[in-house]
Amino acid sequence: MIRQFGADEVLFILLALRWTLVLTALSLLIGGAIGFVVAIARVARPRVARWLAAGYIGVIQGVPALMLLFLAYYGLSLAGLELPPLVAASAALALYVSGYLADIWRGSIQSVPWQQWEASESLAMTRVQQYRYVVLPQALRIATPPTVGFAVQAVKNTSIVSIVNVVELARAGQLVNNVTFQPFRVYGLVAVLYFAVCWPMSLLASRLERRLNAGRAR
Amino acid sequence: MPVVHAEGVVKRYGDAEMLKGVSVSVEAGQVVAIIGRSGSGKSTLLRCLNGLEAIQGGSITVAGHSIDGTGKGLRALRQDVGIVFQSYNLFPHLRVGENIMLAPRIVKGIAKAEARRIADGVLAEVGLSDKFDAYPDNLSGGQQQRVAIARSLAMQPKVMLFDEVTSALDPELTLEVLAVMERMARQGMTMLLVTHEMAFARNVANAVIFMHHGKVWESGDPATLFDAPQTPELRQFLRTE
Repeated sequence: MIRQFGADEVLFILLALRWTLVLTALSLLIGGAIGFVVAIARVARPRVARWLAAGYIGVIQGVPALMLLFLAYYGLSLAGLELPPLVAASAALALYVSGYLADIWRGSIQSVPWQQWEASESLAMTRVQQYRYVVLPQALRIATPPTVGFAVQAVKNTSIVSIVNVVELARAGQLVNNVTFQPFRVYGLVAVLYFAVCWPMSLLASRLERRLNAGRAR
Repeated sequence: MPVVHAEGVVKRYGDAEMLKGVSVSVEAGQVVAIIGRSGSGKSTLLRCLNGLEAIQGGSITVAGHSIDGTGKGLRALRQDVGIVFQSYNLFPHLRVGENIMLAPRIVKGIAKAEARRIADGVLAEVGLSDKFDAYPDNLSGGQQQRVAIARSLAMQPKVMLFDEVTSALDPELTLEVLAVMERMARQGMTMLLVTHEMAFARNVANAVIFMHHGKVWESGDPATLFDAPQTPELRQFLRTE
């Protein structure tokens, strides 16, 4: 039986949007926390820390996010650890996000001129103080546009978890289309919803960029 | 007991030996100028004195602190040793006042009101009392360098190191920075400076060190050194400067 693409179906898709948002938020928060640690390790003085961090970034970036998802979902369940789809999906996306944010932030930290390290070191600051008061505030300015740009990618990338049957926005569209056969209208709505989330983020990115630059001559 | 005492300092980068056993001594209140060609090791020596460069031989004691290779020891030393760089190296995300108050606040734990009082004092000393709220990028090179000096002074150091601090400035701005340094010297600050300003070295310094090929080639009081150089290398250097 073919159903109409009516209010119930629209509501179903709208409600699925929250899982897209939850997955995005979780993956950015957890992935961001891991990514920050890896970024700091990547520029740390001990060579072992730098190697481990570089290896981590290389592996995560070299593996499709989809494979991370399969590993987290099917791989771990074979190993006896059965994760609920939403948890497996969040974990896989967080790993994926961490590998990229680590690299973006590594680059931002390294863009801060080395003289800033030297000047703050000469003022007897500890390494932590150098990061906290001198380097990270400047790195943040550099990191903001690419980070928000990547976050927009992260929103759209949550759609891959539809494969392990997490009913987020893309999966909901698929399900509704299967019963209504109105792909243009269904996926049109899905696309508009993705856009409605991503576009304000892009706007926010440019506003943040302007505000962080306020008060500076350049 | 000299404020700065370096004995037989050796610094190598890989196979290149930048300092080949350099000894320097600066008494309290003295101003010592280090001159020499680029590559002679003069900036390297200065950077070794506050531990920015690790040394491979010899010993360094500054303001009663020996460089012992520990982070804690280095930080204790650096609280008493100010350094000003050729490229100012102000913190661009902080206002002038914040640049100056940052280290006294977080390193020494000085209260905000007291830090503000110190900042006002050192800004007045370098003639920039009206720039407390300005961002470094809105200042001229000479003003930025004076803020950098003020930032170091705010830590109330026992000795100040100057690493070619006027080399990036045009002549007029150079004069305003040198005037500040001359006033500091008159007030009794112990200073060790690497410079190309021969007139300043002659008129303000108590002693001049000529470095060549990573060694102290010749040293003495300015009049003798400039008017009666003993080595052909120094004579050659003075002719070209």
